[in-house]
Amino acid sequence: MTTAKEALRVVGQAVIDKKSYLTDLDQAIGDGDHGINMARGFESVFKKIAVLDDNIDLTTLLKTVGMGLISSVGGAAGPLYGTAFLRASGVCAGKTEIDAVTAKAMLDAAIKGIQDRGKAKKGEKTMLDALIPASEAMDIAIKAGKTEVECLADAVQAAQKGVEYTKTIIATKGRASYLAERSIGHQDPGATSSTVMLEALYNYLE
Amino acid sequence: MVGIVIVSHSVKIAEGVKELALQMARKDQLIIAAGGTDTGDIGSDPMKIQAAIEAADKGDGVAVFADLGSAVMSVGLAKEMIDPQLAQRVCLANAPIVEGAIAGAVEAAMGSPLEKVLETAYGARNMEKQ
Ligand SMILES: Nc1ncnc2c1ncn2[C@@H]1O[C@H](COP(=O)(O)OP(=O)(O)OP(=O)(O)O)[C@@H](O)[C@H]1O
Ligand SMILES: [Mg+2]
Repeated sequence: MTTAKEALRVVGQAVIDKKSYLTDLDQAIGDGDHGINMARGFESVFKKIAVLDDNIDLTTLLKTVGMGLISSVGGAAGPLYGTAFLRASGVCAGKTEIDAVTAKAMLDAAIKGIQDRGKAKKGEKTMLDALIPASEAMDIAIKAGKTEVECLADAVQAAQKGVEYTKTIIATKGRASYLAERSIGHQDPGATSSTVMLEALYNYLE
Repeated sequence: MVGIVIVSHSVKIAEGVKELALQMARKDQLIIAAGGTDTGDIGSDPMKIQAAIEAADKGDGVAVFADLGSAVMSVGLAKEMIDPQLAQRVCLANAPIVEGAIAGAVEAAMGSPLEKVLETAYGARNMEKQ
């Protein structure tokens, strides 16, 4: 059986496992801390969720993750992902089963939260360049009548393409924006960590 | 009196800006430095900022000065976490952290209201250096 807590553990562990990869990416176009920040964040989150019931509801879980990231990440990813998880937690309140439509609504609320916080749009070389295409792909998949897992598979593929796309554009938000044209050729660390999380969730549910 | 909060990625910058501003303002001007992460490393900590804002408010509101990136975002988040009543009288100054904080602290120390403190801080953007 799949549980929210186990899914979260798998997603967090995937990010922790990519700690040095994400840090290397951030070294190239930022301040070289994204993997360190994210790993510290999820390690702190793991401590917070360890005391929760194994069958804890998704809303409480996501709220705990959001607050945990906010209080421990230290970089931009903290307020951004923290807000994203908090907003997503509001959408699934009272639900025990997450269908594709709810999952997309959660993703959209997360995206909206990231935009409220960081004021970025698509095409600025941020995590949004993975997450927005993922949501768009999910929308198409839902309309085509695909299953939840198929919808998620399409979202993952779109996020991966989004990461590739970030290599071709100039950063206009975050630390990488200081590099201007020199940011071209490098993929965005945040878009990468977003994709790592989606991939891990897909692998767990598939 | 309007309180001042200084938010920087660096503990030293936040402390340094506080020190500079205090030299100009009255000694009893409330200025709280909220630099770095909870472990004192480079970064931002929304919880530390929240606590600083709460401590800086004596009823007349708080002007917050921040450097960049996550410092700015963490101020936004801290404002959402504090009591909504207090949040209404807390504002992130649209100003450079050093010049803005000095100008704002001097204004605050004169007993000016929050709007005036923010306006003066905003004016520090136009400081000519050539
Ligand atoms: N305004 C923004 N909107 C959306 N995403 C952003 C924004 N700014 C940065 N990011 C994302 O955050 C990632 C960097 O996260 P990281 O944890 O390394 O923060 P940082 O940039 O080092 O933080 P700081 O602002 O403290 O310097 C980027 O790769 C990008 O995807
Ligand atoms: Mg970084």
